[in-house]
Amino acid sequence: MADLTSLLPILGEGFLTTLAIFGLTLLFSIPLGLIIALGKMSKFKFISLPVSFYISVMRGTPLLLQIVAIYFGSAYLGWNFDRFPAVVVAFSINYAAYFAEIFRGGIQAIPRGQYEAAAMLGLTKRQTFYRIILPQVAKHIVPASANEVITLIKDTSLAQVIAVTELFSLAKKQQAAYASIYPLFVAGIFYYVANLLLSCLFAYVEKKLNYYK
Amino acid sequence: MAILEVKHLKKSFGSNHVLKDISFELEKGEVLSIIGPSGSGKSTLLRCITQLETMDAGDVQVNGLNMVVPGSNPLKYAPAKTLRDIRLSTGLVFQNFNLFPHLTALQNITLAPIRVLNEDRTQTREFAKMLLAKFGLEGKENAYPCELSGGQQQRVSIARALAMKPKILFFDEPTSALDPELTGEVLKIIKRLANHHMTMVIVTHEMAFARDVAHKVIFMDQGVIVEQGSPNYVFNESNNERLASFLARFNG
Repeated sequence: MADLTSLLPILGEGFLTTLAIFGLTLLFSIPLGLIIALGKMSKFKFISLPVSFYISVMRGTPLLLQIVAIYFGSAYLGWNFDRFPAVVVAFSINYAAYFAEIFRGGIQAIPRGQYEAAAMLGLTKRQTFYRIILPQVAKHIVPASANEVITLIKDTSLAQVIAVTELFSLAKKQQAAYASIYPLFVAGIFYYVANLLLSCLFAYVEKKLNYYK
Repeated sequence: MAILEVKHLKKSFGSNHVLKDISFELEKGEVLSIIGPSGSGKSTLLRCITQLETMDAGDVQVNGLNMVVPGSNPLKYAPAKTLRDIRLSTGLVFQNFNLFPHLTALQNITLAPIRVLNEDRTQTREFAKMLLAKFGLEGKENAYPCELSGGQQQRVSIARALAMKPKILFFDEPTSALDPELTGEVLKIIKRLANHHMTMVIVTHEMAFARDVAHKVIFMDQGVIVEQGSPNYVFNESNNERLASFLARFNG
């Protein structure tokens, strides 16, 4: 039986890497997702078509494959990403595609009357987007975004494919060392507790935004 | 001089000629009611004048400004600056209110005066509160649209339009989305604005109201103005058959 006091520091360190991938991915993929969403809705075909293609590739191929492709592909192109940045890049561009579709759905759910009312009041396009549309989109997309964010925590375990020492890969090593499934079980608790906290956070946000319908 | 002049306005959606050749004038301080069956082009006319739709031909002159470059063929709209000046002199009250759901009643009213006209925050807020109080919405300043009845929402949206101090206020079937018992409170406010010589164009199905409040009535059918004149002429004296059968359906 593995000893929890020696196991926890090791897994804790892996969990920090997991959180780093998680945090950086959100930091980059959400703004990128918004830009991609606007690109897909562009009336210019030379923007919307490549963007649609990008989204379909990102959603249509395994993230695992994308991580490998970014890591080894970058070496092939002479950029030589380190393992960790390669993972962050792969996660960010992958999740941006999913977020983009969520944002697009949210933006398109806003009735045309909102744009017309804003136009009649003389608001500029920029003011309309930031003051009228975006705040309403934020409310619409909370449930779907929560799904993505929760999936992301678990998806970080894919980083092990290029030997980034995140939580799951370390747990697996301990499993081999102790010849016990116990370390994996503890890792599972890490993921679960993290997502429990996230779920609570999203429930809170949803409630906060519930002041209007 | 007329504050609103519509000249030979035409508008089609594909092969559907919605507005065939619309011309009319409105003097400052006058109220115009536009009546007619559904699909007659009333709302499209309003949307062309308020620049929510582009017209195909003709011209609209608001407060002396031409929306279209005079004599341009094919039709060319005036520079953005002119169009914006025209827009800021027109206000529109929608059938479905289109209040901003994430803003309170007060914020709905003050947003544009503060952000677009750069008016003083405190003064704008005081003015908005005064408008709400006048419209029987005292104490509703911090209510969100979803907490208000349809009639209350429409009154907020009228206040929102008025806060921009438009030269002409347009109403697109302002009571059509309301329960019958709520229409009265909205019509009362429009009537009060008329008494204060607010220039208004009202598309409506409320015949009695159109007759009482208007200085001038236009009856539209199938994209053309069939009759226009004083309320007394349109509702009592005209011998036009289409108008007679339309009114007969209302008086049922």
